Amino acid sequence: MNEYRVEEHIGDFSSEAPHHDEIKDLSALADADREKLLRAGIDKEQPAAGTFVHSDHNTVYCNSRLKGVELAPISYALFKHDWLKDYYWKIMDRDKDVFTELAAGRKEGGYYIRSEKGAKVNYPVQACMYLETNALAQDVHNIVIAEEGSELNIISGCASGPNVRSGLHVGVSEMYVKKGATLSFTMVHDWAEEMAVRPRTTVVVEEGGRYISNYVCLKPAKDLQMYPTVYLNGPGAAATFNTVLMAGPGSRMDTGSRVYLRGEGTRAEIVSRSVSTGGTIYARGHLIGEASGVKAHLECNGLLLSDKGVILAVPELEARHRNLEMSHEAAVGKINQEETEYLMARGLSEAKAQSLIVKGFLSLDIIGLPDALKGDIDKIIEESTAAGAM
Amino acid sequence: MILFRGKGLIMAEEKLLELKDLHVSVDGREVLKGVSLSVNAGEIHALFGPNGSGKTTLLNTVIGFSRYKVTGGSISFKGQDITEATIDERARMGIGISFQRPPTVKGVTLRALASLGREGLSMEELERDAANLDAAEFLDRDINAGLSGGEMKRTEMLQIILQQPDLVCLDEPESGVDLENMALIGRAARIALGREEAGGGQCTRLKKSLRSGYRAGLVITHTGQIMDHIYVDRGHVLMNGEIVCSGNAQELLGEIRSHGYTECFRCAGCDRRNLK
Ligand SMILES: Nc1ncnc2c1ncn2[C@@H]1O[C@H](COP(=O)(O)OP(=O)(O)OP(=O)(O)O)[C@@H](O)[C@H]1O
Ligand SMILES: [Mg+2]
Repeated sequence: MNEYRVEEHIGDFSSEAPHHDEIKDLSALADADREKLLRAGIDKEQPAAGTFVHSDHNTVYCNSRLKGVELAPISYALFKHDWLKDYYWKIMDRDKDVFTELAAGRKEGGYYIRSEKGAKVNYPVQACMYLETNALAQDVHNIVIAEEGSELNIISGCASGPNVRSGLHVGVSEMYVKKGATLSFTMVHDWAEEMAVRPRTTVVVEEGGRYISNYVCLKPAKDLQMYPTVYLNGPGAAATFNTVLMAGPGSRMDTGSRVYLRGEGTRAEIVSRSVSTGGTIYARGHLIGEASGVKAHLECNGLLLSDKGVILAVPELEARHRNLEMSHEAAVGKINQEETEYLMARGLSEAKAQSLIVKGFLSLDIIGLPDALKGDIDKIIEESTAAGAM
Repeated sequence: MILFRGKGLIMAEEKLLELKDLHVSVDGREVLKGVSLSVNAGEIHALFGPNGSGKTTLLNTVIGFSRYKVTGGSISFKGQDITEATIDERARMGIGISFQRPPTVKGVTLRALASLGREGLSMEELERDAANLDAAEFLDRDINAGLSGGEMKRTEMLQIILQQPDLVCLDEPESGVDLENMALIGRAARIALGREEAGGGQCTRLKKSLRSGYRAGLVITHTGQIMDHIYVDRGHVLMNGEIVCSGNAQELLGEIRSHGYTECFRCAGCDRRNLK
């Protein structure tokens, strides 16, 4: 079978998009667009420390409301802070692949978010990457810095507009978690079916710092590939990845999380839950233990609901020090018949019982999520798994 | 005398569940080898029998678990042939079951299942019934996750009470239950079977009006402890996939206690003795 590889089709996407003017208020967005943002977790009704909306190639909205957190378009931040160049293309190679090259070729797009030293930012920062023009290649570059002892929570929604059928999204993100800081980064994807998506993320965590990633993609994406990598450089640093995927027919999701445990006593946990209703899912994970006292665990669980689907769990453990503990478990299968029948014995139809089980399977207890977003994610899961939808 | 009472009354009443010459295979092996049994509305029957004799197989076949393949005979409920009915159809027709070993269902809470299982169930009722079974703390946990044997029996009982079926099937409701909790289980069984009101604190006397609310039961028990709490009308001994003996449940249990199962088919209480 000749698989579609977006690498070979970059020329199919246009690089030009109409200019989008800045808006003063999110309510100025068209209803359909606002609805889309909402689905990706961006809600103007919810209290937020700041909100950033990027559409096609332009930042259309950027509003930072709380002390202790700085939010700006990356181009502006680079112009304002000379020191920021030491964070720009520093932990990610420009020529890593064709996608980073594409992003490196353009300068303007993306956000810069920084929490100041010791700042505990109570509300999340909302950041949205929006694709409004069909068949566009959108590329952005983001920098996130959680300064020493700070706590920062980012919710990043990526979505495409009602007129978009296809497109390419490339998102380069460099994130820095300083000593004792906590960065929680939640990404919700809600793309058009024909989208190709290439997030490229590197995170560096210093001593005692903590990085938490939550990734939710329940809508089909024709070709999604990502392998975010975290370097736990300081002693006692920790990383957690929670990934929830649902691939419908025609989707191909190749996602993984990689953690280098370099500092003494660093810890990592990677958990993924994948459901295929006909699409292809690669659920990868790679833990590399390089120091004493490292503890890490990897868990990939998949549910295959259609014979047309494929789930490939690829857990990798790489030990480079004697004194460490790393483990993994992977399980792929269909919905447990006995569990389904147990629920049916209480009067639920088979479809309802199965959707309840799938919903339960996907409902990871995601740490650090604001209740409103938790509710949104539950709603998306509910809709995607409702009897008849699968 | 008891024999007479049984026969006289039962014949006149409506058959709620009727198994006719039921043959059931599990993983290609015949486990039930021609079981016939009827339970009339409002009656409680006990099933006895050694380990592995097919008791659980019988109950799980009645509710329709796919693992249990009916290879011959039929099951009717409320006059309808349900041999081919799906599990949820049977549940909605009024068959409820408390499983011997219920599975754990990750990510699904007992609260979610209970509210989906019965339309219009109020949270007050759910919480009250859970509290009565000392199971309130399990409502928001995943179903059966990490529950002890005795705790599972309580949550199973709770589900039956909420479901309000016309035929209550209990698979070893007392196994793994400590003495104190046995009183809770016993009371729950009385409520599930319509022998006691859920709200009422006191033991209700057997009144005619209450009798009409009696629900039928099919109860598997080894120790007979549950029979201290519910009056069982009739007992059956299952051996090697066949009912070898039927009669007064108390008497059968007494015989089993003193002589074991091997002597069972010759016991005094057996009304099949003459058939053999
Ligand atoms: N799912 C199954 N897979 C394989 N064999 C089974 C299965 N269920 C039942 N059996 C077999 O069928 C026979 C009857 O089992 P069943 O569970 O009905 O016995 P039981 O009378 O309920 O016993 P116990 O008193 O121990 O609960 C046993 O030999 C058992 O091993
Ligand atoms: Mg049994």
